[in-house]
Amino acid sequence: MESNKLFYYFLSIVLGGTIAGCNGHQETGQQKEQQELSASAPHPNVEETPTLTGNLLAGKKVYEDYCLTCHQSNGGGVPNLNPPLKGTAYVLGDKERLIGIVLKGSNEGLEINGETFDNAMPPHNFLSDEAIAQVLSYVRTSFGNQTDTIRVNEVKTVRAKLK
Amino acid sequence: MIKMKYLMQHMSNLGSLKNSSLAALFMLAVLVSCKPSAKTVVADEDNAGLTLPEGFGALKAADSVGKARHLVVNANGDIFVKLEKPKDGSGILMLSDGDGDGKVDSTAGFGNYDGTGIAMKGDYLYASSNTDVFRYKLNEHQHVIDGQKPDTVVSGLIDRRQHNSKSISLDEAGNIYVNIGAYSNACQIQDRTKGSPGMLPCPILDSAGGIWQFKAEGIKQGYADGVHYATGLRNVVGLDWNKQASALFVMQHGRDNLQDFYPELFGGPDVSVNLPAETMYEVHQGTNAGWPYFFYDQDKKQKVLNPEYESHRAALSADSIADPAVAFPGHLAPNALLFYTGNMFPEKYRNGAFIAFHGSWNRAPKQEGFFVAFVPFKNGKPNGEWEVFAKGFAGAEQVESPGDAKHRPTGLAQGPDGSLYVSDDAGGTIYRIIYGKQ
Repeated sequence: MESNKLFYYFLSIVLGGTIAGCNGHQETGQQKEQQELSASAPHPNVEETPTLTGNLLAGKKVYEDYCLTCHQSNGGGVPNLNPPLKGTAYVLGDKERLIGIVLKGSNEGLEINGETFDNAMPPHNFLSDEAIAQVLSYVRTSFGNQTDTIRVNEVKTVRAKLK
Repeated sequence: MIKMKYLMQHMSNLGSLKNSSLAALFMLAVLVSCKPSAKTVVADEDNAGLTLPEGFGALKAADSVGKARHLVVNANGDIFVKLEKPKDGSGILMLSDGDGDGKVDSTAGFGNYDGTGIAMKGDYLYASSNTDVFRYKLNEHQHVIDGQKPDTVVSGLIDRRQHNSKSISLDEAGNIYVNIGAYSNACQIQDRTKGSPGMLPCPILDSAGGIWQFKAEGIKQGYADGVHYATGLRNVVGLDWNKQASALFVMQHGRDNLQDFYPELFGGPDVSVNLPAETMYEVHQGTNAGWPYFFYDQDKKQKVLNPEYESHRAALSADSIADPAVAFPGHLAPNALLFYTGNMFPEKYRNGAFIAFHGSWNRAPKQEGFFVAFVPFKNGKPNGEWEVFAKGFAGAEQVESPGDAKHRPTGLAQGPDGSLYVSDDAGGTIYRIIYGKQ
């Protein structure tokens, strides 16, 4: 009796193990990379401001006219083509770098959160200092982003440096 | 390996029973359970989330394999997938189904490079990075003999990030066709900039924006060794050789930004969002599809001068520009083309074209595509309207932004039994579509 029980016990273990071994295990769970943002940028956890006023409303209009096609209405960008504007240090971090990208464009294939993006961004230096301050303030406070806004003077300073 | 460890462990437990006949029984049980069984391929209960025509079913052969671009299936049903970027050092995966239930149960990898293209012909597997084409000798099981030492068939192709996929297809005469996409949207002096004029002649066309033909047997061929086979193709990701027509067919990605740069010229945003057409061309040596000077308007059924070239209107003629074989709505992003030659699907599908549409980003606020389409063919020519064949990849009825799509059709392959495989570079799923087996 005792050895019979043992027999079935081991048989079930061996068969169970074998079947699992034969079927193998598929890879599961694509790991989503998260990049730590700079200390000045709080983690984005707030949805888009429900009602926008003044400069932010004006910034939304600039965004819709010049940015939305590529960077998308949710700021998520397009995988492999156009970079996201949410949850990235390029938007939430150094203001001078961010203003510089708007003025000069970007065609370097910047890496963001482990991904690179193929399309070129044209320079937007035809936009006024005010419009750039508005749109960047909108971007830095939308799509779950929540950090400080950008002033016209800050844009003016960067533009002067680039000349 | 896990299996062997398990076996050893339990065999040693077994030894303590001091019963050799039991040991024999265990061995037998193990052998029987590992023998490739008579399992059959059945559709997943939910058809893997897809909506298909009556009688078809789908299963997820594999999931989360990485950014799966193009794929090919060998005579044994092993799936070779090209990953956009290497994962754990492997840019090509071989996915195998040992027990015949259609679900991949082992994975091997090789080829530590990026890229999209993969194809099989004769005794070789061909794969492309964004600059080179390699080939790997296959053994009698159509497995790669040495994943570390491919021949370099073509090298030094241009890669300036934009449109850098080097998709490949082979003909019956020992040639391989390679797409070299234009590193530009509309060949403007300043790419993607409203108001920047187009360059005439477009300097990009000397080394990109077309199809190049090389010898499949050649070694380290560069531009000078190839034939500049077709031009005026902005970016082709899906292409396939059609044996009935004895011709290459390609799917062009049409230009972007027409609707946001020039809505007033093309009937307002609602109309222009559909322009230009995504186009299928039958390509022969010397074919010119018109980019960057012309695009195709599928509603007016005519070639239209791109606004960036307005000042050159008098100098440019569309007379020698090819007409498309099929025109689809704008921006759907056709990433794969496959002529179906299997016997599993009903007669209607025989020799017809399946097209994997990756889905748009250029149609805000509502994106389209994310489906596999079908075009019936007869004697190598389109024979009827295109239709949606498989949809539901995105996981939502409405997709506002392509990053929200859970899966995006990217590659197509036909299995030895006539199953249609679809790869997905968003969720990394390998779908297998079957007929009449539910």
